[in-house]
Amino acid sequence: MSEDIIAISGINPRQCMKCGKCSATCPAFEEMDIHPHQFASMVVEGRIDELLASESIWKCLSCFACVERCPRSVEPAKLIEAVRVSVLRERGGSFLSPDEIPAKLDPELPSQAIAAAFRKYRK
Amino acid sequence: MQRIGVFVCWCGSNIAATVDVDAVVEAVKNEPGVCHAQNYQYMCSEAGQGLIKNAIKEHNLTGIVVCSCSPRMHEATFRKTAEQAGLNPYMVEIANIREHCSWIHKDKKEATEKAVILARAAIAKVNLNTPLRPGESMVTKRALVIGGGIAGIQSALDIADAGYPVDIVEKSPTIGGKMAQLDKTFPTLDCAACILTPKMVEAAQHPNINIYSYSEVEAVTGFVGNFDVKIKKKARFVDEKKCTGCAVCTAKCPSRKGGNEFNCNLDNRGAIYIPFAQAVPNVACIDSTRCIHFKTGKCGICEKSCSAGAVNFDQKDEIIEQKYGAIVVATGFQISDVTKFDEFQYTKHPDVITSLELERIMNAAGPTKGTLLRMSNKEHPKDIVFIQCVGSRGNTCRDKTYCSKICCMYTAKHAMLIREKYPDVNVHVFYIDVRTPGKNFDEFYRRAVEQYNVDYIKGMVGKVWENEEGRLTVQGVDLLSNRRIMLDTDMVVLAAAIEPSEGVRNIATMLTASIDTNDFLTEAHPKLRPVESPTAGVFLSGVCQGPKDIPETVSQAGAAAVKVVGLLAKDKLVTSPCTANANELMCNGCSTCERVCPYGAIDYIDKEVNDHGKREVRRIARVNSALCHGCGACTVACPSGAMDLQGFSNRQIMAEVDAICK
Repeated sequence: MSEDIIAISGINPRQCMKCGKCSATCPAFEEMDIHPHQFASMVVEGRIDELLASESIWKCLSCFACVERCPRSVEPAKLIEAVRVSVLRERGGSFLSPDEIPAKLDPELPSQAIAAAFRKYRK
Repeated sequence: MQRIGVFVCWCGSNIAATVDVDAVVEAVKNEPGVCHAQNYQYMCSEAGQGLIKNAIKEHNLTGIVVCSCSPRMHEATFRKTAEQAGLNPYMVEIANIREHCSWIHKDKKEATEKAVILARAAIAKVNLNTPLRPGESMVTKRALVIGGGIAGIQSALDIADAGYPVDIVEKSPTIGGKMAQLDKTFPTLDCAACILTPKMVEAAQHPNINIYSYSEVEAVTGFVGNFDVKIKKKARFVDEKKCTGCAVCTAKCPSRKGGNEFNCNLDNRGAIYIPFAQAVPNVACIDSTRCIHFKTGKCGICEKSCSAGAVNFDQKDEIIEQKYGAIVVATGFQISDVTKFDEFQYTKHPDVITSLELERIMNAAGPTKGTLLRMSNKEHPKDIVFIQCVGSRGNTCRDKTYCSKICCMYTAKHAMLIREKYPDVNVHVFYIDVRTPGKNFDEFYRRAVEQYNVDYIKGMVGKVWENEEGRLTVQGVDLLSNRRIMLDTDMVVLAAAIEPSEGVRNIATMLTASIDTNDFLTEAHPKLRPVESPTAGVFLSGVCQGPKDIPETVSQAGAAAVKVVGLLAKDKLVTSPCTANANELMCNGCSTCERVCPYGAIDYIDKEVNDHGKREVRRIARVNSALCHGCGACTVACPSGAMDLQGFSNRQIMAEVDAICK
């Protein structure tokens, strides 16, 4: 399971030096039960079930402040995203169907948001 | 036909556990030229060397192959052994069956096969070896030290005390370097100036030391024992001999808008200036980029106010050419750029400073006369936050990959000094790890925590911003309690990474000294030759080789000096005979070799040659064997195959390749 998270995120969590810069930066820190800096070591330790069940993966704003500032290129938001994606895949599918997309297209809307909406939010 | 002996070393179990040494001996016995082969547990031991010597005499050997560790380790040993038995030392070849074979393979059968092939290649080469005689070169008994910080000063003093003349080249107007900017030194808290300035004066007054301040090395040619160096003595527009250092001119200079580098630009200095009161030489210097006279042709107040008549606006840069036997690089370090860490607001808020800036603020000769003040409003601070590892220990484009080593200790020092002098100030230190290896170092740090109540918080700071009260808010996390930390503070001090000085790349290139990915100079061996550059005659002193504190720098400076003295004490040096040579009948004078030679050892002459009875004058490459390092770049670049390296001839290399491919 750790291998899956590592493969999905493309991150080597062993590069983490436990400096806590991610958590120190994170605007959603107070909302989280498991904090960003804990993700790296928990993935290394194989404590994936705890991560899958955590509130944090839904509280992460994907603002990427931690990605920007992590001095060790661990980029916790990518690990968190990998855990989130794992949960969604497990639950069995997307919340949007591709047929609904054309109607939702808006030149102001970044295509990334639509891709994210597939898995993240209910209609 | 050669008579070759092959000696296979077990290196204890290093080789013998992976390579079947008996099988190697059996396999090489039938190689052309081999008339003796044996193995032994430790060939480099006295008994092992005895075996080789006996075999040379008994079998009347003309060449030997030792299958053992890397030639970097024991080639010299076995050459000496051969010489003692009456054999020319260049008739020895090493087959590296340890680093290149046993250490990197697991399968014994495969490793044995490879060891045999490596031995076979060395045998093929020895078959074509010819006895070579090393040359001799003279030693210029004078040393050059590049950089006049504590490292350069100490190296120069030690060399000078041993009786050899030394020149120090320092690019700024005074020697003293970074140590002169420090207030106190850990772990004893003695004042940096009090222990440094006597050494500066000693260097200036030493009969064997000559200081070229405000000077830079322009060009270096030559080789160990015989370096030719061009030094540019930049015009300081003040006659060093006449200036008394009275500093009247520096006070009267009306151009006062530019920053004072010595105080980290926290205050300004005049265009004519003496960096600090104890400067050596204590001579003023005009910064022509800021001087009104150089901009408008007017002013000249310094000239008028100088009672010694020392100001000379017509002074020109001067080039000094000098010969040296050895060169010590002591170019030191600088603080890395913290402006790229926008989350800490260094460029936005004057109360966010680097540790070196804090040194100047704490120093009695600094911009605040030693009073701890916020730079924004000159008020007394109530809280100070220190942030460790800014730009160190990361792997992104903003960071250095290494630990800067000195920051944990100087931050503990700062914290303690502040708490001692201003007990009302709360000091918080955000750290990742506290690293204090060193004599009395951890005790020092514990004192900061236990006696001075410094608040150490494990965790990096996320960001800093100016709050509504005009103070700074620091957002971090305490990793030990897994809590968010929000602190209001008056000052933030960044422990910025240190990096090699800016000009070091240039100097390394001139010296053909190698540097690593961080621009630190590389040592010849990381453990056994830590103060020598791989380039002969070039030695390393201080932080130019890697982060270190003052005691370590002084130790290393002394070690480098001993190496220099050991070199200068010799009257003559033995030069390697393995140098390049052009075959004049094959050379077509195309200049390809000259262009690839990294040592400038090749030039061209017009020479009359006799090409199978036909006499004509041709342009032919000529190698200066004193400059040639035997790197072989020319031999592979030469399109006509005219260049050959003695001891590594094209024929020998091809014979090795044939033996491997057989």
